Amino acid sequence: MLRFLIRRIVFGVVVLWIVTLGVFLLFFATSKDPAARFAGKSATADTLALVRHKLGLDQPLTVQYWHFLTRTLKGDLGYSFVTQSPVTDMIKSALPASLSLILGAAVIWLISGVVTGVLSATKARTLLDRGITAAVLVGISMPAFVVALTLAFLFANKIQIFPASGFVPLQQNPVQWFQHLVLPWLTLALLQSAIYTRLTRGSLLDVLGEDYIRTARAKGLPENKVIYRHGLRSALTPVLTQFGVDVGVLIGGTLVTETVFGLQGIGQLTVRSLTTGDLPVIMAVVLIASFFVVLANIIVDIVYSFLDPRVRLE
Amino acid sequence: MSLTDLEADASLPAAGEVAAAGPIQGRSPWQLAWARLRRDKAAMISLVVIVLLIVMALIAPLISKWIGYAPAFGDRKLGITEDGLPVGLNGHHPLGTDRLGRDLLVRAVYGARISLIVGLVSTALATILGVVVGAMAGYFGGVVDTVLARFMDVTLSFPYLLFAIALAAAFGASTPLTIFVITFFSWASIGRIVRGQVISIKQREFVEAARSLGASNMRIIFIDVIPNLLAPLIVLATMTIPVAIVFEATLSFLGAGIDPRTPSWGNMLSDATETYQVAWWTLFVPAAFLLITTLAFNILGDAVRDALDPRSERLFAAQKAGRKKKKK
Repeated sequence: MLRFLIRRIVFGVVVLWIVTLGVFLLFFATSKDPAARFAGKSATADTLALVRHKLGLDQPLTVQYWHFLTRTLKGDLGYSFVTQSPVTDMIKSALPASLSLILGAAVIWLISGVVTGVLSATKARTLLDRGITAAVLVGISMPAFVVALTLAFLFANKIQIFPASGFVPLQQNPVQWFQHLVLPWLTLALLQSAIYTRLTRGSLLDVLGEDYIRTARAKGLPENKVIYRHGLRSALTPVLTQFGVDVGVLIGGTLVTETVFGLQGIGQLTVRSLTTGDLPVIMAVVLIASFFVVLANIIVDIVYSFLDPRVRLE
Repeated sequence: MSLTDLEADASLPAAGEVAAAGPIQGRSPWQLAWARLRRDKAAMISLVVIVLLIVMALIAPLISKWIGYAPAFGDRKLGITEDGLPVGLNGHHPLGTDRLGRDLLVRAVYGARISLIVGLVSTALATILGVVVGAMAGYFGGVVDTVLARFMDVTLSFPYLLFAIALAAAFGASTPLTIFVITFFSWASIGRIVRGQVISIKQREFVEAARSLGASNMRIIFIDVIPNLLAPLIVLATMTIPVAIVFEATLSFLGAGIDPRTPSWGNMLSDATETYQVAWWTLFVPAAFLLITTLAFNILGDAVRDALDPRSERLFAAQKAGRKKKKK
């Protein structure tokens, strides 16, 4: 267990290191002149030189990268080109909206996806199964922003039961927090649960064909116990892999949902930074999102060993 | 899915007839798969839809001429109401106009060009890259495999949408960049599957036979191994196309894909965010085109997979339905 953990963490650190290198090269080595962007359009040559010196841009690339790396490790993600405020603070104030959105939606899609997936698999080749399969096909064919805009059009514009945009922090007003999040949750959960239904169905059908399931049936276990105790437990492993990756990716990437519903989270911050060319913020978000993906993957691998008795961590 | 039930009913008698009818003809697995696919009505409808879309994209200038408006032309006379709002569906603009008075049908038809080009080109590139890297990793094993497999893992664990946006911020949004980004984040999942398949294929006797005849590694990979992967690759590619199309639309929607001036479905939907509350068609016209396209590719992909895999569920269902009938 310990050896496995150490190996996974080392691999995670390597991935993150590659990401920092990629991010650094992408922005400092290729972007035209970060100093010019930072100093603004009307900067004189002297100011430019000063800014360049302050940002360390007059030093060799390797030195610059070293500074960038040590700075990042200390939690200092630099300053926004646009607002000049610390990027770390901007991220901190955007996290509540993103986390509320993702964690809420994750609960909905995991439950609905696994339940419909199990239904579809246990009633395989029936009308119900075909109906679910068709719905899943529509679900995976729809881009997030089409779902988001349609929901906003129907439930915030035509029938005005939910607010179309905005975010209210939980500690400020729980009822409004909930109302503002219903449509974003649904948007995210609808698409994701389609994927999870398909995954659960396929995985459970595979597992139910295994020998140990036949053994369980042969020794006279009730069908429910066979499916839930023996089948679903190991069928959930691929579902869990996907879940870990998804939650990690989404923390830095609910760009579409946040933009459409005006949630002031990380996603919206990213899109805004893109339009204003605010590179330090985009870099920070990429780094943070990668961190969450790596972290989620490690957690998923550990949970595996509890779910599937055949998995031994070595 | 009543269509598949119909198909299930129709398929067994047909198979019976073939067996009964006169001299037995040998049919290749591909012919059999095509016969199975032909019986799948949903798949055939999807195929027709896709062909129609391609034709529509090809004759986009003709459609534009026929309607009478260019894709970028803002019709100030008939395309915008007195209040400056988009015009709904009417004789001049069959599917209405957007906030600049541009004809939505013409723009959607031109948008099909972008979607199909980006979808097909990036899928083709991703498949080639995935096959080459996956086959190398699976065939050579050892250190090569470790490095390449890890590289694929890293690519898959990147927050791809963010990286795509970051790239667009650094280099400016354009069609080639969009294709590059989609390719870069699609090849690894194909590569991973190819690697797994190659590992099992390389242990088969015919590979050993080729090697004992003195065939080089490259010859074995390209002549003996990869042709055996054709069936899963066709399925994978068909499934990757809709993903790529949605990816392009999402990037364009966020302003990080196709140049915002070019008509593409993603750009049209992005424009619609400002007008959909007063003009629903600005949202639903591009959304419908997009949904129909991706749905058609997804249904076709599912059906191709079923047709190429004789043990697949639908066939199983067909046999079961047939058995029941015989008992009666």
